Amino acid sequence: MTVMEQRGAYRPTPPPAWQPRTDPAPLLPDALPYRVLGTEAAAEADPELLRRLYAQLVRGRRYNVQATALTKQGRLAVYPASTGQEACQVAAALVLEERDWLFPSYRDTLAVIARGVDPVETLTLLRGDWHTGYDPHAHRVAPLSTPLATQLPHAVGLAHAARLKGDDVVALAMIGDGGTSEGDFHEAMNFAAVWQAPVVFLVQNNGFAISVPLAKQTAAPSLAHKAVGYGMPGRLVDGNDAAAVHQVLAEAVRRAREGGGPTLVEAVTYRIDAHTNADDATRYRVDAEVEAWRAHDPILLLERELTERELLDEQGKKAAHEDAEAMAADLRARMNQDPELGTKDLFAHVYARPTTQLLEQEAQLQAELDAETAGPEGAGR
Amino acid sequence: MTTVALKPATMAQALTRALRDAMAADPSVHVMGEDVGTLGGVFRITDGLAEEFGDDRCTDTPLAEAGILGTAVGMAMYGLRPVVEMQFDAFAYPAFEQLISHVSRMRNRTRGAMPLPLTIRIPYGGGIGGVEHHSDSSEAYYMATPGLHVVTPATVADAYGLLRAAIASDDPVVFLEPKRLYWSKDSWNPEEPDTVEPIGRAVVRRRGSSATLITYGPSVPVCLEAAEAAREEGWDLEVVDLRSLVPFDDETVTASVRRTGRAVVVHESTGFGGPGGEIAARVTERCFHHLEAPVLRIAGFDIPYPAPMLERHHLPGVDRILDAVGRLQWEVGGR
Ligand SMILES: Cc1ncc(C[n+]2csc(CCOP(=O)(O)OP(=O)(O)O)c2C)c(N)n1
Repeated sequence: MTVMEQRGAYRPTPPPAWQPRTDPAPLLPDALPYRVLGTEAAAEADPELLRRLYAQLVRGRRYNVQATALTKQGRLAVYPASTGQEACQVAAALVLEERDWLFPSYRDTLAVIARGVDPVETLTLLRGDWHTGYDPHAHRVAPLSTPLATQLPHAVGLAHAARLKGDDVVALAMIGDGGTSEGDFHEAMNFAAVWQAPVVFLVQNNGFAISVPLAKQTAAPSLAHKAVGYGMPGRLVDGNDAAAVHQVLAEAVRRAREGGGPTLVEAVTYRIDAHTNADDATRYRVDAEVEAWRAHDPILLLERELTERELLDEQGKKAAHEDAEAMAADLRARMNQDPELGTKDLFAHVYARPTTQLLEQEAQLQAELDAETAGPEGAGR
Repeated sequence: MTTVALKPATMAQALTRALRDAMAADPSVHVMGEDVGTLGGVFRITDGLAEEFGDDRCTDTPLAEAGILGTAVGMAMYGLRPVVEMQFDAFAYPAFEQLISHVSRMRNRTRGAMPLPLTIRIPYGGGIGGVEHHSDSSEAYYMATPGLHVVTPATVADAYGLLRAAIASDDPVVFLEPKRLYWSKDSWNPEEPDTVEPIGRAVVRRRGSSATLITYGPSVPVCLEAAEAAREEGWDLEVVDLRSLVPFDDETVTASVRRTGRAVVVHESTGFGGPGGEIAARVTERCFHHLEAPVLRIAGFDIPYPAPMLERHHLPGVDRILDAVGRLQWEVGGR
């Protein structure tokens, strides 16, 4: 008998002790992105919540426009707009309780401001001033993370620590589709599932990682599928449907808080603007595709629902836009002031106590600055 | 004053004792890593901790170094003091991204609002006949990263004191454990361990007047042996044990070299781009007018860590150190 024949004859069965650790069936309940707006489920949505979501979407859109304008004026070094993704951003912030934590990536500035962080402080990193402008503890928002996926294990660790301390705190971590290819994504998902950590992972699948489309990023049927292998539920949701994203995230947060462990949520959305103001999106995609997504705009979807159900009139719309306009005006005014940069900060926050080497370097810089202020004569040459 | 019974103890025992005492003293101290629970770590440094403090305080993690360090970051954000074990030097590399992009700079990027008190224990260095990837001296990578403290003990007492200090530190500390000294014994009182040494101070292990050997970790005993052997040549060598590579104790090192006028830096790590280059430059900058000879370096060769059967040729030994001392232009200063 050849080896091949032997192989055919040998049908391995697992020893009786083997069994799946979790029931795989409920891990992936959605065949298509889950929707609320325009469906029967919308009737059950809380009108007050829908109105809050709407106000925040309008604000968020205005913020994206204003921040992009600030890059043209040189007030921001760079801005990765989340235009078209506002529903994910806003839902992520509104779904959390005060004691919960948000772990954003560089694109998630709207989630950060919707959580209550000062819009100017939120832009500190992107204006090229000090890296993190806000105190993470004040609003329980981790610093915007630039290296992809690295904030995910932090969210897992924090949620795990909170649970060890007996606090019913949930961490929600945000990431893009490209970031799901990183090793840290895998490690975070696996740790979260093994530890049953109260974490919600929100993947905003906006179609592209800079220029690379999802098809070149993964062969998985959907990013939600990735949850199955870790033994956690994966949910697929329409990322432009604010009510749906909120509902799916709220379920995931509730489950996590009650000890049910992590969930991976894939929100299917689209990046209407380029990757950042510095990117040329016409090199890798066609206008027709963008236009199709514009018709599925998160603000339009929600506005239609609210109008049809007579939860929003012209006056309500006007109020939302006026509020957004006021926020933009304030942002403009404060961003147009030159930030005060302190050179002492260069050395002050490297260690709890600066090393002698750092103190020497600080003195050296101070001497250079003194010589500059004193001018050529003062320099004593 | 009570007289204390000194007993022989190994560095491994002192490290275990330090972890135990730190966990008992502070409920926020958590030990985590691969095989640290039931097994007690492959070097048994965490032996008994899971039993005494429970799985939640001494946790067997999934096998993923970035995950271990990354989750430890989140735990530290929430007020815990994680002590992470990396199983071997070369297996810490998957965690470099977390170490460099987050651990080392979280305090800095948040303007002091979010310090990360965590300790990363890494068994490092060669001399135990380990196969590939089990003998790297990776200290230069850590030294080159601002925001990290880098310490390495050479004695049983220091192993205890430095580890307690590392865990108590409000900054991240890379704690390098010279694995070939794990089983070295000293007289030590395990009942009343020495007070905690502050991080950042070097110590003169042996007084001498002819030249200074500047060294740390696994090379300290080798230098002490070399210093003994050097007496036959008529050289009285001083041995400085750095203990802390970051922060660097310029004061102790400079004072020693100014007294002796000659210096050799000794370490296992590669010479090119290695810690010795930095140390030699610092010494030269500060002691130039006191120096009778250039500062020399005795380091491992500039090769990937060799096969165990060849490692004795790679590691700086007594003869190589004495040869270097011999090259310190004695005719200029007179002997
Ligand atoms: C570790 C790492 N590699 C590369 C980059 C450079 N980079 C910045 S954004 C980006 C694309 C990310 O795409 P995605 O995760 O889909 O998020 P999106 O920008 O679409 O929100 C890349 C490659 C980075 N920031 N971090």
